[in-house]
Amino acid sequence: MADSQPLLICEHCDTVYRRRELCCGEVARCLRCDAILERHHRLGVGAMFALVVTAMLVFVQANVWPIVTLGLSGQMISTTLWGAIVMMWREHSQIVSMLAAATLFFFPLGKMLLLGWVLFFAQQGRRAPGFRLAMVALYRLGPWTMSEVFVLGALVAIVKARVYFEVILNPGIFAYAALTLLITVFASIDLRRLWELVPERSA
Amino acid sequence: MSQDLPRADELGLIGCHVCGLVCRDTGAEGAHCPRCHSALHRRKQASYSRTLALLLAAFMLYIPANVLPIMRTASVGDIDDNTILSGVIELWVKGSPDLAVIVFTASIVVPMLKFLALGLLLWSSRHATPWARRQRAKLYRLVELIGYWSMLDVFVVALLTALVRFGVLSLVEPLPGVVFFGLTVILTMFASMSFDPRLIWDGRESDD
Repeated sequence: MADSQPLLICEHCDTVYRRRELCCGEVARCLRCDAILERHHRLGVGAMFALVVTAMLVFVQANVWPIVTLGLSGQMISTTLWGAIVMMWREHSQIVSMLAAATLFFFPLGKMLLLGWVLFFAQQGRRAPGFRLAMVALYRLGPWTMSEVFVLGALVAIVKARVYFEVILNPGIFAYAALTLLITVFASIDLRRLWELVPERSA
Repeated sequence: MSQDLPRADELGLIGCHVCGLVCRDTGAEGAHCPRCHSALHRRKQASYSRTLALLLAAFMLYIPANVLPIMRTASVGDIDDNTILSGVIELWVKGSPDLAVIVFTASIVVPMLKFLALGLLLWSSRHATPWARRQRAKLYRLVELIGYWSMLDVFVVALLTALVRFGVLSLVEPLPGVVFFGLTVILTMFASMSFDPRLIWDGRESDD
């Protein structure tokens, strides 16, 4: 079988390498195109699972609490992410509304649930039911989660609104800021190694 | 230096694009990865024409996205329509210049860079030129990395629309420009995903 060969192919230029175990902190780069081939991973499955659970809790907070409140002559208006999504729908920008719902709510949620599912079983040394489909779905979700862009967007909106309105920050914005930090940690995790971490037979 | 590094097709191998598994290239049509069951391809399918089509479509939407206003601010009879560029200028004058630079980068520099970079990558890979291969590979990875930050302005409009609801006193409404802009970003993301960076290294192998 081809998969018993200790080979590695650079996904950016198709160069074939013999695979080698990496030591702590090492990063393997492609000699031809300089792309990262593999990183050494400090985080074990348990730590990754803990991270996903934390991210889920923070994600719930970020969506439940209002993000920011504006005040004008005694009147106060606040919004959550869903408030913004619904309002865009009503204001005849349904496409934008759907884009926001997908990239800021459904895709991030789906990513966390799938990852949590896979890691929950991987922790026990087992392959989750539907492992293959979950892994392919995680690959497809790839760049389509944009929570970190939304945080910067909120910052810009706050600065713009500050000129005309009284601005009060709500817990939602802090939860989003925390979520962005967690996402940054996630970004360095190569999900592909989960294929090798959990043995195939025990499905 | 990099010429003696073997490439997958020379060794009769295919790396699965989805899960990365090294598979033997049987040459059969419709082969599937034994691990993740995704279709195996040596290169992304119809990479050149798909990327070109998506890029052209994105560019056509990019024009109304910039010309049409993206947001209307109405306060006590005073109506102010903002385009992407005038929003940046307003932020520079009234808000904070540093944030204006960030928005300018995300909304104007990044989309332009994507059009230029992907156009250049398409053109040069079509001609199989050995020119600046490493730099082109890096350029592609940069485009992939920063692409989705252009959604920034779309989210700003969505938030302000939901927040500024003070009736006659002050009201923000989204305008069609923001829809065009959102679609431009999505299409350029699809365009950069359908480009295959392996094409940069295909063709004439000479000094690089």
